[in-house]
Amino acid sequence: MTPPQTHLIYVIRGSRARALPDRALVNCQYSSATFSTGERKRRPHGDRKSCEMGLQLRQTFEAAILTQLHPRSQIDIYVQVLQADGGTYAACVNAATLAVMDAGIPMRDFVCACSAGFVDGTALADLSHVEEAAGGPQLALALLPASGQIALLEMDARLHEDHLEQVLEAAARAARDVHTLLDRVVRQHVHEASILLGD
Amino acid sequence: MASVALSEAEKVYIVHGVQEDLRVDGRGCEDYRCVDVETDVVSNTSGSARVKLGHTDILVGVKAEMGTPKLEKPNEGYLEFFVDCSANATPEFEGRGGDDLGTEIANTLYRIFNNKSSVDLKSLCISPREHCWILYVDVLLLECGGNLFDAISIAVKAALFNTRIPRVRVLEDEEGSKDIELSDDPYDCIRLSVENVPCIVTLCKIGYRHVVDATLQEEACSLASLLVSVTSKGVVTCMRKVGKGSLDPESIFEMMETGKRMGKVLHTSLQNILHKEESLGPKRQKVGFLG
Repeated sequence: MTPPQTHLIYVIRGSRARALPDRALVNCQYSSATFSTGERKRRPHGDRKSCEMGLQLRQTFEAAILTQLHPRSQIDIYVQVLQADGGTYAACVNAATLAVMDAGIPMRDFVCACSAGFVDGTALADLSHVEEAAGGPQLALALLPASGQIALLEMDARLHEDHLEQVLEAAARAARDVHTLLDRVVRQHVHEASILLGD
Repeated sequence: MASVALSEAEKVYIVHGVQEDLRVDGRGCEDYRCVDVETDVVSNTSGSARVKLGHTDILVGVKAEMGTPKLEKPNEGYLEFFVDCSANATPEFEGRGGDDLGTEIANTLYRIFNNKSSVDLKSLCISPREHCWILYVDVLLLECGGNLFDAISIAVKAALFNTRIPRVRVLEDEEGSKDIELSDDPYDCIRLSVENVPCIVTLCKIGYRHVVDATLQEEACSLASLLVSVTSKGVVTCMRKVGKGSLDPESIFEMMETGKRMGKVLHTSLQNILHKEESLGPKRQKVGFLG
């Protein structure tokens, strides 16, 4: 049995015509392949869930990207999900953070995301598809790790407010772990690139 | 299709080169670019394949689902094609921009498979008039680097080769009601024979000669192309002319002969690679999307 995987491909394109006079416009499209989920999806994008995901991604990245530095430009972020096994929003945000950095677009900080849930008195971080389908409360959190500020927080289903602290803490801890990993990957990439350039 | 801006000088350069059997990247008129094929890349599917032909990147997933057979063919299952042009390939495909191209490619795929011998549809029948397997072949265009149809047909063939359909039995009890039982062993499945599955060879007319496997720049210089769908035995299942320009009948015959020849070579190489990959067994190193 292969381990569960969510694969993404992302593209960033900068500086296009349609725009606002004082800052950049961030445009996100979320598309998931028809064969990405267990049950075949009929429409890859344009349906309600994809549009909603696109809007959530846009909200997340408008909080993180320094849009004032690129007025009258548009930044397009296209996310393509190839295989989904739960935690797609979090995977999209993490992948898009790396893509935006790779494109050289200035950001306030990394944006790291993770999902969390609550089952039988225990908070669970990074839910898989089976755990999401079980129907318990699910929380999606996007964090800017250095300042600890939250870019996006979303929760489905009912959760007692006494447990909220615990679940939020689980998601935040997982997001900070992702940050450590992303930071290491970026530094290694820059290190390799600088060796190739002969600095 | 993804557009590329070419100056007149560049077009003249390409056209003159082709007349001398020398293309911009050093290939001859009948040479393909290097093709990377990998199967079994998406685990949620019954079969999948990824093909990279130069800058063209295609991912195909096949999902087998149970359904009712069509009324006019009660003893057969069928194939459904869907093509999604991802916005990653070019921003023109954002939203509904890629729908036109997607529909055109899907319709071409329907036509090339629309004959009795391509795929044995009778093997997809579970019980006549009631249950059959429907294979949903979903093509995802990740990057556009010219010669889409060829790459897509190679990927579809590889994905169908990789498809594993679970074996089912129909149990009938005393009242006559039927129940479908899935085999307990997850590795007990039926495979499709892809010997007669055709591949498309696109021939682009540039100047007085025609080229195989055109890049985006070469496609911009060509006014007319011929799509020929060829099986491994050299049988042509479908032929279509695309493009704004016109072709004279002699060129069409020449291009068709080239198409048949190239098609046979393509099939032999593809069969070799697929068998070699399969012989490596479950322990093979999968590159997937990390490469």
